[in-house]
Amino acid sequence: MSEVPKDLSYTKTHEWIDYDGDGTCTVGITDYAQSSLGDLVFVELPDAGTKVGAGDAVAVVESVKAASDIYAPLDGEIAEINEQLEDSPELVNEDPFGEGWLFKMTVSDPEQVEKLLDADAYEGIVEEEED
Amino acid sequence: MPFIPHTEDDIQSMLATIGVDHIDDLFDEIDPSLRDVRLDSIPERASEQAVTRLMGERAARDAGGLCFIGAGAYEHHIPAAVWELTTRGEFYSAYTPYQPEASQGTLQVVYEYQTMMTGLTGMDVANASLYDGASALAEAVLMAVRANRRSKSARILMPASVHPFYRQVARNICANQGITFEAIDYDRATGRIDEAALTRWAKEDVTALVIPQPNFFGVLEDVDTLTDWAQNNGALAIGLVNPLSLAVFKEPGRWGTGEGADIVVGEGQPLGAPLASGGPYFGILCCRKKHVRQMPGRVVGRTQDMDGRTGYVLTLQPREQHIRRSKATSNICTNQGLLVTAATIHMSLLGSRGLENTAATCIANTRALVDRLTAIDGVEAVFDSPAFHETVLRLPVDAEQALAALAERGVFGGLALAEFYDGLDNTVLVCATETKTEADLETYADALRDVIAAQAEAA
Repeated sequence: MSEVPKDLSYTKTHEWIDYDGDGTCTVGITDYAQSSLGDLVFVELPDAGTKVGAGDAVAVVESVKAASDIYAPLDGEIAEINEQLEDSPELVNEDPFGEGWLFKMTVSDPEQVEKLLDADAYEGIVEEEED
Repeated sequence: MPFIPHTEDDIQSMLATIGVDHIDDLFDEIDPSLRDVRLDSIPERASEQAVTRLMGERAARDAGGLCFIGAGAYEHHIPAAVWELTTRGEFYSAYTPYQPEASQGTLQVVYEYQTMMTGLTGMDVANASLYDGASALAEAVLMAVRANRRSKSARILMPASVHPFYRQVARNICANQGITFEAIDYDRATGRIDEAALTRWAKEDVTALVIPQPNFFGVLEDVDTLTDWAQNNGALAIGLVNPLSLAVFKEPGRWGTGEGADIVVGEGQPLGAPLASGGPYFGILCCRKKHVRQMPGRVVGRTQDMDGRTGYVLTLQPREQHIRRSKATSNICTNQGLLVTAATIHMSLLGSRGLENTAATCIANTRALVDRLTAIDGVEAVFDSPAFHETVLRLPVDAEQALAALAERGVFGGLALAEFYDGLDNTVLVCATETKTEADLETYADALRDVIAAQAEAA
């Protein structure tokens, strides 16, 4: 069973969101997502300053067997990207909820955060997929 | 392997098995207007004997003459060993032979090909080839739009000095994908890209500039200035090259004052593929390492197996169509393996010095031809620029008629350009490769002198 920290929010498409309550959030992919993809060899991130809408494909994570889109969980603007991933994409595998974060973004409508999945709901989705 | 079509009984039994009355019912989801394609010019049936004779007669029309037509496809000497080896069953009959456990030979050939291409172009990476030069240019345009993330315009500057067919193909493939092409005129005196025509785009968002070298007129572009212009304006530089010319000219990896061209494409035909009524040829695509994730097609890499032995495998596959589906880097998920095999053997046999000698002889022969032809009263060179192995000449008579008269005398004298360019009436693009002798050049000059005299008299 993969790790699903209780204090984060989630999407059905396996992104996690750490909202700081102050208009910005950090986004990454979940432990379940990284283990399904296998060893990552490349992470393609958006440019800081890019305006995004919830559900837009904004990044790509590529493993030896697949290249998968990462979707913006909320409306807003990319504020910062994890530049370490350019040389060390394996951080996403090793520490998906920590060092392996993908990008930070400003959130234009904080109410959207309420609509994200909580840990219990996301765990339900993972259990279904694992069956 | 014999080709045995289904008999009427086979078809009825299969239809009965799946419970369908008529074979057309299997296609009813396709709109009838699309299905109802009449092939009136193709007869119902013909015997093998009749077809062989017909095709032999058609082929004979293209053969036998002295060919001075280039314009994208060039007659070169191909050592006999090239196709003798290429058509061995191990290379010739294998379909998609990319399983590393069964196909180390083919994979190594492709790897060697890629290595040679990066050597010729001065790029970091080459793919395993595309269909042909024109579709490779279209792929380079699509790749540039993906790779140049600072540019939001999807605007490509496409010089008029690029082969007219290449421009058409690029437009066909890219125009419905939100990409716009802006024509850049050529300088009437030099035949090069008109730099004044570029200047108006200097403050605009431009995604990429296509830089042909040599260009369609055979003229050498000022690639350093053009590459710098592109990169200083936030655009990628796409080099469109004749690979043979790179044996004597500066490789695109050293164009300009920066890191060179971003993407390099070209037609591979001059490297071992014969003129054969238009194909099959192969497309070359190379790029700098920083763009490799946006490169279409497949790449073979060298690695080690569990016992430490050298082995070759397809690499960087997740962006291909069978994995990435509609978001693949290209919807063409293949390469021209056999032509690449021939090119690799061809280049191996000639070596770098052989390629260099071939290119240099082409240049010398074309200069000698131009000297002989422009010595004829009224024949003149249209552009005053250095060229590779092609030049545009203006005739004092109707060019189409002159070429037809030359063909009757067994000389294919070049391509008339009036059809493709306003203002180039009665001009002919001529080419003399290393296959031409002094006597051949003399034959052409004598024939042209006679033809011009006869036409002038008739007029």
